[in-house]
Amino acid sequence: MSSPPGEPRKIGYLYLLPALVVYGLFLLYPLGRAVHLSLFEWDGISLGKFVGLSNYADVVADAGLRAAFGHALVLIVFYSVLPVVIGLALASVLQRARVRGLAFFRTVVFLPQVVAMVVVAVAWRHIYAPDGPLNDVLRAVGLDGLARGWLGDYTFALPAVGVIGTWFETGLVTVLLLAGMARIPRERYEAARLDGAGSVAEFFAVVLPAVRGEIAVAVTLTVIAALRTFDLVYVTTSGGPGNSTSVPSYEVYHRAFELGQVGSAAAIGVCLTVLIFVITLGVNRIADRGTA
Amino acid sequence: MKVVALAAAALLLTTACTPGSDTPEGGASAPSSVKTDAASLGDVTLTVWDQEVRGGQAAQMAELNKQFEAKYPNIKLKRVSRSFDDLKTTLRLALSGNDAPDVVQANNGRSDMGEFVKAGQLVPLDEWAKAYDWGSRYPASVLQYSRYSADGKTFGEGNLYGLPQVGEVVGLYYNKEKLTKLGVQPPTTWAEFEDALAKAKAAGEVPMQLGNLDKWPAIHVFGTVQDKATPADQITTLAFGRSGASWKTPENTKAAENLVSWVDKGYFNSGFNGQGYDPAWQAFGKGSGVFLIAGTWLQADLQKALGTKVGFMLPPGPDANAKPVVTGGTGLPFAMTNKAKNKDAAAAYINFITSPDAMKVLTATGNLPIADTGKQQAPAGLAKDVFAAFGTAVDQEGLVPYLDYATPTMYDTLGAALQDLMAKKATPEQFLDKLEADYSKFAGK
Repeated sequence: MSSPPGEPRKIGYLYLLPALVVYGLFLLYPLGRAVHLSLFEWDGISLGKFVGLSNYADVVADAGLRAAFGHALVLIVFYSVLPVVIGLALASVLQRARVRGLAFFRTVVFLPQVVAMVVVAVAWRHIYAPDGPLNDVLRAVGLDGLARGWLGDYTFALPAVGVIGTWFETGLVTVLLLAGMARIPRERYEAARLDGAGSVAEFFAVVLPAVRGEIAVAVTLTVIAALRTFDLVYVTTSGGPGNSTSVPSYEVYHRAFELGQVGSAAAIGVCLTVLIFVITLGVNRIADRGTA
Repeated sequence: MKVVALAAAALLLTTACTPGSDTPEGGASAPSSVKTDAASLGDVTLTVWDQEVRGGQAAQMAELNKQFEAKYPNIKLKRVSRSFDDLKTTLRLALSGNDAPDVVQANNGRSDMGEFVKAGQLVPLDEWAKAYDWGSRYPASVLQYSRYSADGKTFGEGNLYGLPQVGEVVGLYYNKEKLTKLGVQPPTTWAEFEDALAKAKAAGEVPMQLGNLDKWPAIHVFGTVQDKATPADQITTLAFGRSGASWKTPENTKAAENLVSWVDKGYFNSGFNGQGYDPAWQAFGKGSGVFLIAGTWLQADLQKALGTKVGFMLPPGPDANAKPVVTGGTGLPFAMTNKAKNKDAAAAYINFITSPDAMKVLTATGNLPIADTGKQQAPAGLAKDVFAAFGTAVDQEGLVPYLDYATPTMYDTLGAALQDLMAKKATPEQFLDKLEADYSKFAGK
């Protein structure tokens, strides 16, 4: 038996090495270190105390933290589900209408992504203020009863933060889907039309299956964005009113840098990483099964 | 993937050590003898970390540093200034490193100064306090904010770890023009104050501006109300998180009920939980609202916005001559690290920037000096009110600490609980239960 042609297989790892070193140094090592820290009770300064898994037990037992993870899951609806639905509608309209200046509209839709999240948050904080533009509009059309301090309202604060996420992510999703739709060959539309499909049937039979990969990418990106939301909550509500908009990432920051509970913060971070990993793995599995 | 995992595991094992094992143990001890003649200390370079980066703060620091170097040519200053947030996050690492600064401005709270003391990173200044006689100029109610027990566990008592330059106090800003229109004199008693609020409401004005979206602003409003209901020594014990007091007292219940009654009577702007802190005081500055409970840090901005129409006073007491009880504190105190190479030089610097002459420089650059406040030639306008109010509070030892000093988690607990209370999501009893749980969990340890 002779070995396969070309260089020995093992040499492949040598080619990988430079990237692996960078990856290991800046990603794997910090990740391992975070897992390691999460097993200690440590204030960031003095000697840590090994406590095993008790930080993780606290994460599960803490009702406030469970609520924070719950809020993050609600945010997934706003960050991921709504943008994909809106993005699909918007992209198919833009694609179909062959509007003049498509590039312009694409840029406009994508614009929120370009603005720093902190700037977005400050702007929306102003929009939602008791005397802000949103309430001005409501009062102008006679809906005075609906006007309120949105971010200070126990029912509406979390959805209000979520809507900012929807506004922010829709552009990204739309542009992704537009790229996917542009790749669909014209013949498929023609075939669908010849078979008597209307525009709705055409959408479900031709467009949707073709952009399945793009949807998976969009969902993955936006779900990650939802679960790691930090800056938006930090700037708009600081987790309030009460604790009704607290999210896990905010707790990580808060515990590590404000309370000096580095071990506990690391444990939350690790849990969040695992959760994100599981969800994205699930999304990609489903998407892959479809294309296979 | 397996190779990667193995490599990561190996990497981890070789470097795995208990976090924090490379930092020193135990408290730093005070020296037995101190020198106060800075000129005789030989050539010294002092590295100073401060957060005096803005306007008048930066100006006073630059001026005092210049004067210090001119007076002691043998001591060279290396100044590193960062914003408050940057300082807060980098100081921890800097103090445990080998290249630590000599003098640092450290936030008084438990999660900063308290932690540093616990880790033995700050030097007690008591010997120098005696040698320089700081106690004669700094009242006890001011120095308590920089005192910790040697193990860092008790706040407000024990060794002195820092000396602040400036002070601050939470008081009552009022719109003079609106009061005149309402036919009301600036209140001299608490009853008159509540009466003025009622009259403002009846006249269709916003009686009091509050922006509580950021969670913490209501802490100052509640503190002001509590100062009138609860004895000062109890507030001090609660606020420093020392054992021996309780949130669940009739006085505190009365304070919480009083605050809720203000909400019920519509004394605050509508939607205050959804209004930002800055927009709220800016609205007051634009002439909306009769009163604003806020700290002296807004003085310059409100002066600019309202000119002669705005006044400032300590929250009035039960009668016009009552001893003031008012929430207030100090600017970030200057502390000495245990890595300071020449501790006498570091102490000389701290003494210099807090000396009577330094207080004059602070006044001239638009700051509120913490000592000798009454002796300063206060600038005209709102600053005059502020100087007078602060001088009164300090001279009569009337300062009580910020309530959120109590425990590392109290800032959030109290902020969230107050939002709940004022949105009527929690009753005064539930509100106090939450605070008591946080307090007793910590103080009971």
